[in-house]
Amino acid sequence: MNLKELYQEIILDHGKNPRNLRKTDNYNKDAKGHNPLCGDNVHVFLKLDENKKVDDISFEGSGCAISMASASIMTDLVRGKEEVEVKEIVKDFLDMIKEKDELNSKLLTDDEKTKLMCLSGVKQYPMRVKCATLSWHTLTSAIDNSQEAINTES
Amino acid sequence: MNIEDIKKEFPIFDNKVQNNDLVYLDSANSSQKPKIVLDRIYDFYSKEFSNVGRSVHYLAVAATNLYENTRVSVQKYINAQDKNEIVFTKGATEAINLVANTFGQKYLDEGDEVLITELEHHSNYVPWHFLRKSKNIKIEFAEINDDGEITLEAIKAKITVKTKIICITHLSNVTGAILPIKEIVNFAHSKGIPVLVDGCQGAPHLKLDMQELGCDFYAISGHKMYGPTGIGVLYAKKKWLEDLPPYQGGGGMIREVKKKGISYGDLPNKYEAGTMATAQVIAFNESIKFMEAIGIENIEKHEKELLDYAIDVLGKNNSINIVGNPKNKGGVISFNIEGIHPHDIATILDEDGIAIRAGHHCCQILHDKLGLPATARASFGVYNTKEDIDQLNASLNNCKKIFNLK
Repeated sequence: MNLKELYQEIILDHGKNPRNLRKTDNYNKDAKGHNPLCGDNVHVFLKLDENKKVDDISFEGSGCAISMASASIMTDLVRGKEEVEVKEIVKDFLDMIKEKDELNSKLLTDDEKTKLMCLSGVKQYPMRVKCATLSWHTLTSAIDNSQEAINTES
Repeated sequence: MNIEDIKKEFPIFDNKVQNNDLVYLDSANSSQKPKIVLDRIYDFYSKEFSNVGRSVHYLAVAATNLYENTRVSVQKYINAQDKNEIVFTKGATEAINLVANTFGQKYLDEGDEVLITELEHHSNYVPWHFLRKSKNIKIEFAEINDDGEITLEAIKAKITVKTKIICITHLSNVTGAILPIKEIVNFAHSKGIPVLVDGCQGAPHLKLDMQELGCDFYAISGHKMYGPTGIGVLYAKKKWLEDLPPYQGGGGMIREVKKKGISYGDLPNKYEAGTMATAQVIAFNESIKFMEAIGIENIEKHEKELLDYAIDVLGKNNSINIVGNPKNKGGVISFNIEGIHPHDIATILDEDGIAIRAGHHCCQILHDKLGLPATARASFGVYNTKEDIDQLNASLNNCKKIFNLK
């Protein structure tokens, strides 16, 4: 997929109308992320139920199409997953963006994998990788309850 | 002058970028290099290389002479009074750090104020911030007006009895505003305040005359002047270089070293510790010759024509907002398209072989003031043409189409 196709798909599907761009009521975990190079900001809100399953996830923020689309796709597909499953998916995605050719997690459906692979186009643009991964790192931070804001430059 | 002929002197334009001809609109970041500069580096290393200023053998003498020739070329180019007012550094950043460090050491104490502007590049803020941390000095910011300019009045408004030095850019790398340096220097000097000018964007694009400007310090970046990376210049009035302490210690900058004490070398050696970027300094001489051969007046005129054309073309393009509207402006246009993040613009333009910059351009203070997380920026060099701007505009229209904007 070339970049323009990537952009078109992401923009049409998620960048312009991000899913879950709101603040979850009664969230019990959250974290902030910031990419000072681009000025991208994201704040992820998580509501885990008593079985540590994601009852709701949402985000607030602003940034480039890639960062917004990535956060949108991410929040859509981790809802209903258990905390350990979320971590596995995050790891799988970050590994794919960093080095691997494909996604391996059995927790992802083919449709979900296709959506995530749209973002693999940023691999050839190292400066843009941070845009795609910001919300994912922020989700990890929320789950781990580390109170530190994620900063792509630190 | 024939731009197509000038462009042919730059080997980078012989190559395709992602199957496109390169449209390079990022010269405010770093300029491309003419072949004579590249050849000079190769020739120096292959035929004339030795360390400068130390050994007495043939090559050492030859290298030393070449190195010192650049100093004289720079002196003449900027009309400094004395060649020893030219100090080589690794870049303009180091030149400013040199002043902040040595001037700060000797003349700044708790409560003293350094006056900079909201237009400053991080390299003319962070070195002063170090002194805010270590010596508890204060940093004051002269404010921009609605056109993205810094006026003499804006400077006057922030001068107090505590102001010990004024540090200002010559030409903003974001709004393109050219500051009234001479007027600011005259006023500052009437108050007994020295002035440092960050000339990163000034030196490649404007005629420089240190006697006319009258500033105390002027920092120059070689790689923005069609020269190699790793080379910059600090111009400083001789009285300052004689008065201030050395910056870095090491070989080359000393006169005598004893267990009980050390005396420092004469100018310019005092500020050039260790083996310097010899090949880059020598090749930088070719950059100056390159600019002199074209003539800085011709470069200024050409870039002004490009700027006027670009403002006209982009100004007519709906949804493009140009940042700042300075009356006296250099070849830099920062802009936004409502609904598209600047990084998305830059990435999509890149597919068409168009290189621009997106982000805060190392000016977060200014972007905060403007309320913008980032901007896209096109900046010009001597090799740019009106066709480049037409291609930029066409590619921006394509961006809008991808984002479903009218």
